[in-house]
Amino acid sequence: MGYVHALDDISLDVASGESIGIVGETGSGKSTLGKAVLEILPPRTEVKGSLFFRGEELGQLDKARIRHIRGEEIALIFQDPMTRLNPLMTIEDHFIETIKAHQRVSRHEALARAEAALASMRVPESRIGNYPHEFSGGMRQRIMIALALVLNPSLLVADEPTTSLDVIVEAQILEILEDLKRTYKMSLLLITHNLGIVAEVCDRVAVFYAGKIVEVGSVDDIFTRPVHPYTRLLLQSIIHLDTKELHSIDGVPPDLLSPPTGCRFHPRCPYAQAVCQEKIPPLEQFRKDQLAACHFGKDFL
Amino acid sequence: MYYPVKGPFIQRLFRREKLFVHAVDGVSFTLKPGEIFGLVGESGCGKTTTGRAILRLVDPTSGIIKFEGTNITSLKEKQLRPLRTRMQIIFQDPHASLNPAMSIGRAIGHPLKIHGLAWREEDVKKQVLGAMREVGLTPEEQLYDKYPSEVSGGQKQRAVIARAIILKPQLIVADEPVAMLDMSIRAKVLQLMLELKQKHNLTYLFITHDLATAKFLCNRIAIMYLGRIVEIGSARGIYQDPKHPYTQALLRAIPIPDPRKRAPKILPKGEVPDAVYPPAGCRFHPRCPAVLSTCGWEGRDFIDLLDEHLSGSMRAVDDAEALGSIDDWWAKGFAAGRRIGTQDPQRLAEKVKAVLAKATSPMQQAVQSVAVQGESLIVQFRVPEQLKQTVVGDRTVECLLYQ
Repeated sequence: MGYVHALDDISLDVASGESIGIVGETGSGKSTLGKAVLEILPPRTEVKGSLFFRGEELGQLDKARIRHIRGEEIALIFQDPMTRLNPLMTIEDHFIETIKAHQRVSRHEALARAEAALASMRVPESRIGNYPHEFSGGMRQRIMIALALVLNPSLLVADEPTTSLDVIVEAQILEILEDLKRTYKMSLLLITHNLGIVAEVCDRVAVFYAGKIVEVGSVDDIFTRPVHPYTRLLLQSIIHLDTKELHSIDGVPPDLLSPPTGCRFHPRCPYAQAVCQEKIPPLEQFRKDQLAACHFGKDFL
Repeated sequence: MYYPVKGPFIQRLFRREKLFVHAVDGVSFTLKPGEIFGLVGESGCGKTTTGRAILRLVDPTSGIIKFEGTNITSLKEKQLRPLRTRMQIIFQDPHASLNPAMSIGRAIGHPLKIHGLAWREEDVKKQVLGAMREVGLTPEEQLYDKYPSEVSGGQKQRAVIARAIILKPQLIVADEPVAMLDMSIRAKVLQLMLELKQKHNLTYLFITHDLATAKFLCNRIAIMYLGRIVEIGSARGIYQDPKHPYTQALLRAIPIPDPRKRAPKILPKGEVPDAVYPPAGCRFHPRCPAVLSTCGWEGRDFIDLLDEHLSGSMRAVDDAEALGSIDDWWAKGFAAGRRIGTQDPQRLAEKVKAVLAKATSPMQQAVQSVAVQGESLIVQFRVPEQLKQTVVGDRTVECLLYQ
């Protein structure tokens, strides 16, 4: 057996107050990226590269500093809130534990902050003494977000935060996330397979394919004038209310144990030439702030 | 027209301890041969239960299911078996639908053996290979001996489809057939389903939460909410001019993959309530943006209003003192109340009326009385108007706005 190159040669930055969408299909490496930011990758994962947070390289810092950054400055929310909340702890206990682990405040003060965070997510504070199972799925996800926000992080990593929710509840939560982003000037790294959500919430978007970034740019550019063939085909394959004709991409995403040579998308790409099999295309700038990794990018402008 | 499947008033009540989950209630619709009928709704609305009840995979508490003119509601399994070849189901999760220890080829041919339609290995294999070609599982000879773990999700779902069509059914219930698949291969599977329908004149009951896919695929659609059909009609009509406030809300909530169309949305409040205690009157009324005073306001709606009032940031200290904690209040049917205790009954009643007056919904107009009865203060609501199915143009809607 060899190594699965879940992510390969990725470089990405998130500005303060910006929200960036990470989109891709199953196995594209998008969740691995979120885990790498929080250093919660499975044991024995080999990681190369560096991660900077506000100018500090995380790999160079001492434990206490890392604990501060990864605990308070960067917060994470997952797809399934039920598996992340302890069924034996009330919501109040969760908040007190989180706050006290990082900050020296009185229980009274911690409780006040918890109530404020819950209120900002529109969860009735009267239910703070309840256990996780006493809440609906949407409420649990709101609680998870409130818990992530209670320490006022400057970066929120959200991995498919609304995927298990119904469409109306999803829309409610996205609306709240947007409000919070505006109010707190928080940066958001939103990992999702749903391009509709990215179009509604994000400023920029990075498209992942088989462990690589194939295109990155502003939401407007990527959605209205994508350069990379994969981005274009992925956008066409979305079934939305105005869909008149079905489009799909031939083939399946590659096995990352032995990824295709050259451009990893070439076996599925209708425009692939000989060079695509041989040479890995670099991420090049095609428009201002719009980069794509395609040998023939200029043909698609 | 003749109607192959008919299920008027399937009233289903599942026993669970001493309570009932009203999974599906009073649902009635007819599938026309060769059409794609969409059953659309959020999780827990009863769409899957309805689909399974039609195939008698679960037994309805009451109601009638007709298939090709035959009432199959109380047929015994033995009598049902020959009919089962004519109706098949495709489930959401292709990984769970295939036995991991059975090769793809054997899995697809299994129904032939179960129903005794082919015995000789070579006959079975010939039909299986034919079905595999039809669903695009090629090269079929190579894939025949592969196990589910060795093929992709899209191929697995194709195998499930092949297994469903090998018996040449008339009706296929497709329960979220593409929800687990990646966006880039969804369209392929849907395209395949459309081709098979054309070729074999199949009828589909397409169960989904995805309104966009339903719009593309279906001829007619039923929108379900908490076990009831709230709107039913032509797909085109429903999308052009949705009538029921719930349908309108669902359509508004879909994220649009176009950043130029970003717009604030008017969304219904809260979430789908517990089906063990469905709301009175119209089940959507507590969340409905267009709710009337006659839609079904009841005691617990008042408790919710009170809770909101007492926990909001605008709460007044003397309110909390006068109204007491939310735990002091009870709700039962169309009434809510609390023991007066040491409170001044007059002041309490006035506070309650003030809370009602501040409600953004027309709940206040639904209140019959706020009065002292014995040692309690009772808020009594009027009995709501009877909800009926109303024909509006090409649609049948269950909403007081159109009654």
